[in-house]
Amino acid sequence: MTDHHDFDKNYLENGKGFKSWFFTVDHKRLGVMYLWAIGVFFVLAAIASFLIRFEHLSPGQTIISAQTYNVLFTLHGAVMVFLFIVPGVAASFGNFLIPLMIGARDVIFPKLNLYSFWIYCAGSLILLLSLAAPVDTGWTFYTPYSIDTGTNVILVTFGVFVLGFSSILTGINFIVSMHKLRAPGLTWDRLPLFCWAAYATSLLQVLATPVVGITLLLLIGERYFGLGFFDPAKGGDPVLFQHFFWFYSHPAVYIMILPAMGIISEVIPVFSRKPIFGYKAIAYSSLAIALISFLVWGHHMFTSGQSKLINIIFSVITFAVAVPTAIKVFNWLWTMYKGSVELSAAMLYSLAFIFLFTIGGLTGLFLGALAADVHLHDTYFVVAHMHYVMIGGTVFGLFSAIHFWYPKMWGKMFDEFKAKIAFTLIFIGFNIVFFPQFILGTQGMPRRYFNYAPEFETLHQLSTYGTWILGVGFIYMLYTLFKPVGAADANPYRSVSLEWQMPSPPPTLNFKEIPTVTTSTYDYGTKVEQEA
Amino acid sequence: MASANPYKTYLNIWLLLMFLTFITVYAAEFDFGALNVPIALLIASVKAGVVALHFMHLKYEDSMTWVFAIYPLFLLFLLIAFSATDIFTRVAN
Ligand code: HEM
Ligand SMILES: [Cu+2]
Repeated sequence: MTDHHDFDKNYLENGKGFKSWFFTVDHKRLGVMYLWAIGVFFVLAAIASFLIRFEHLSPGQTIISAQTYNVLFTLHGAVMVFLFIVPGVAASFGNFLIPLMIGARDVIFPKLNLYSFWIYCAGSLILLLSLAAPVDTGWTFYTPYSIDTGTNVILVTFGVFVLGFSSILTGINFIVSMHKLRAPGLTWDRLPLFCWAAYATSLLQVLATPVVGITLLLLIGERYFGLGFFDPAKGGDPVLFQHFFWFYSHPAVYIMILPAMGIISEVIPVFSRKPIFGYKAIAYSSLAIALISFLVWGHHMFTSGQSKLINIIFSVITFAVAVPTAIKVFNWLWTMYKGSVELSAAMLYSLAFIFLFTIGGLTGLFLGALAADVHLHDTYFVVAHMHYVMIGGTVFGLFSAIHFWYPKMWGKMFDEFKAKIAFTLIFIGFNIVFFPQFILGTQGMPRRYFNYAPEFETLHQLSTYGTWILGVGFIYMLYTLFKPVGAADANPYRSVSLEWQMPSPPPTLNFKEIPTVTTSTYDYGTKVEQEA
Repeated sequence: MASANPYKTYLNIWLLLMFLTFITVYAAEFDFGALNVPIALLIASVKAGVVALHFMHLKYEDSMTWVFAIYPLFLLFLLIAFSATDIFTRVAN
């Protein structure tokens, strides 16, 4: 093992080679490895989606067969959801930042943390092995088709089952760390909002993930042993699968978005030079989301044959869960009000988050309204809605974080100007891909369809052209990030939060002495900042 | 830990669990109709509760730990309650 007590070495220099990374217990190295892993899976799944879009350049077959199409959207959805966005921001930036932000030398169970990463690798590998006979069910594995199809459903679902343990263990690690390792003086009401968001995310990971694990085991049991949980002929109920699946997967959409919301809450005050507005409202709304999100899963099932009564109940509660989300948006806007706003690349991604995520969120309310959903369910409207949330929200939040903490993570600076060009391409490309899909959806274009009626051609082509701009934007962003321009200061943005009060990149053990916290994390434009 | 002689407690708990296992097997000999599953679940729940309280030390933990232990049961209740509401209020058309 490398020498973990060499305080002068930063975490990147402390040990070289595969072993020093793959066996590390340093939360920062684990965070960086997660970031690499989700980055690779994002690229893989993005390539699949660009092929899907290319296929839609014309009706009928353009480049791939119908079966390949089904496989590609399943691969795209499953990799994006289970390998990229669920571990996503929480595993990468959560690992890197939480100990730094709470003034600790590591998470509370460093070995368990490494173990989670290994489980993540194993689960991903199992899921990808299924490519030998690639699955065509869609990422939701709905019965009865997932029982009947000849493709490799068992490997994929078993992969997701294994990945679940990684998610649960990481969640436990973060929760206990935040309870037990906060530096002296760092009370709950001084905790950075990213930590609050990560805390709420961890709760969801711990509480919801077991349900999807068990559900997928039941599915495997039904496929392999012919047990009758979901088959009506054997006394089962196919809609029960959807209940169990969405009991996890709705909370999971908040696993995807909450950490990104945490990032926005960190970036906005720094580049507005103002204390965050409504700290408590933002902190508690994360918890409120974590609690209420367990009560709305049936809004994915309005057209499944679910009873009318439960449809109404789920629809009403769905509108309630929009409230804590809106609270956050208003508080971010108010934080910027009369601030000294600096449009850095990181800030641009955060601003785009607010704008795009609001579109994604509000169109979610269309889908939560019973009558509208009967028309919009399983159309491209849903595809547009979820991508406004998952790309416009989570991916833009992730990109904001990658730019914002770049100096801290790598000890270097990137070219701001080029980064802004990349942002512009991504922002424009994204909207050209997905905005037309809202219209396609309202006109009745179903999702997951290989073919389409000729009247949809123009909008489909527009959407496909958008992916080319988006793709160039992604590549240009990567190019900018891989070509640093000079070394970074410890605190280039004059942030007052703890992780910036140490060298960049951070030393292996983070803090020579555990700091004592005496002020809030957001003391911008106040006496504390002027003294600093 | 609170107990003066934990090993004695552990032994007693183990004996109780063995006894409950015996009850489970014995109950399986009879047909209670619709009550078959609820009865089996009830006995199993008592066992799980005893294990959580004693072997997993929940009995000696603070209130925060209790919150974390109880809340998932509430979620389980929600999962069953909402799914059952669906299944028992569907009307064939
Ligand atoms: C990189 C740019 C992306 C493009 C161009 C893209 C494109 C698409 C398209 C066209 C579909 C619809 C396929 C169909 O219904 O026939 C789709 C489905 C989907 N996408 Fe994306 N997507 C992108 C990124 C993402 C991201 C970041 C996520 C989530 C993390 C994601 C998650 C999904 C999911 C879950 C589905 C549903 C798959 C299914 O129906 O089983 N996508 N995507
Ligand atoms: Cu949902």
